[in-house]
Amino acid sequence: MLNKEQIAQRIAKEVQNGQYINLGIGIPTLVANYIPKNLDVVLQSENGLLGIGPFPKESEVDPDLINAGKQTITMVPGSVLFNSAESFAMIRGGHVHLTILGAMEVSENGDIANWKIPGKMVKGMGGAMDLVASAENIIVAMQHCSKDGQSKLLPECTLPITGIRCVKKIVSDLAVLEISPEGGFILKERAPGVSVEEIQTKTAGKLIIDGPVPEMSFN
Amino acid sequence: MINKTVSGAKEAVADIPNNAFLMMGGFGLSGIPENCISALLEKDIKGLTIVSNNAGVDDFGIGLLLKKRMVKKMISSYVGENAEFERQLLSGELEVELIPQGTLAERVRAGGAGIPAFFTPAGVGTEVAEGKEIREFDGKLYLMERWLKADFAIVKAWKGDTAGNLIFKGTARNFNPIMAAAGKITIAEVEELVPAGALDPNEIHTPGIYVQRIFQGENYEKRIEQRTISK
Repeated sequence: MLNKEQIAQRIAKEVQNGQYINLGIGIPTLVANYIPKNLDVVLQSENGLLGIGPFPKESEVDPDLINAGKQTITMVPGSVLFNSAESFAMIRGGHVHLTILGAMEVSENGDIANWKIPGKMVKGMGGAMDLVASAENIIVAMQHCSKDGQSKLLPECTLPITGIRCVKKIVSDLAVLEISPEGGFILKERAPGVSVEEIQTKTAGKLIIDGPVPEMSFN
Repeated sequence: MINKTVSGAKEAVADIPNNAFLMMGGFGLSGIPENCISALLEKDIKGLTIVSNNAGVDDFGIGLLLKKRMVKKMISSYVGENAEFERQLLSGELEVELIPQGTLAERVRAGGAGIPAFFTPAGVGTEVAEGKEIREFDGKLYLMERWLKADFAIVKAWKGDTAGNLIFKGTARNFNPIMAAAGKITIAEVEELVPAGALDPNEIHTPGIYVQRIFQGENYEKRIEQRTISK
């Protein structure tokens, strides 16, 4: 089973040179730490920045410079700042190539739910609905099962949907899976020490196994 | 140049009445109009509707207005990190309209730009789409969303001049420029107020035409929600 850092590390392998990338809150934010140094990519923060840099040193902290998770950040050379309408114009306009975000549930046709648990938790969708409705390539970072062992990869989402038929790939603590255009989770890789049988047991939606399933590598 | 200067926050918000429809700039606690929020707290008004991406935290920003029960309705995209807000919402004391952040930004922009409606893909197939017109363009589905305009837009800038021209700093810009344009009356509080002509016209983000009142704020706390340091 992968821990959060390892999920982030595996997702970082999906990043390609020249991409503009939006990283969601939580595990997706950690992906930035594992993007190979030889790749030129730009990280977008939907509150109005292209060019997120590392977290600041104590002496560099600036309350006027935060990411979408409200964490203090720095800017890399060549950064640009803009307002919220411009930020989402570049998202909806398809200029951001890759979106990585978390999910509470994903369905076998690529629907995602991550913004609301009726009666329990109402935090809001933030920019997630705009991002999933627009991005070409959406990768989800998530736990395969809930804390009480229920699968979060489902035939259909039970929670309120954030976007329909949008997820392309999932990296969970157990596996890497792709969404088939015809519906179903195609098992591509398994976490070290995790068997195909275990992934099958813990995937409530349709799991497609096509040939041998290699163990993931991180480099 | 037309002089937009007022004496301070108290004068700037003096005529905001009960049940006013407000916009407030800021993302999280970054770029929020701290001085105007404090001045509103001193007023005996209620029933406010506030458009703001977030709702502050329990003891700062819009959270203070919520705690004093001055707010009837929030129109926001993300309201986590505020226990009092969540309590009022789940108990039905507070009305909340949650809107995708890009839709919120574009509705505000459209309000300022005189565009009554537009189509966006955000929210198609979700509860956000309920009751809204859906149309297909080039094989993809889009929702119709309406503009948003406010009785008063309250924004915070880094620098401003007496003509109402504004410059923002860092990610404190966020919703401030688009809200400035969407207010019938726009109040701008700035960290540094200079005479008209002292700002380089090339560097101005918000033209003064959108701003009716401006003043230099004081004692900015600029609280940080998630102080995160490199190890």
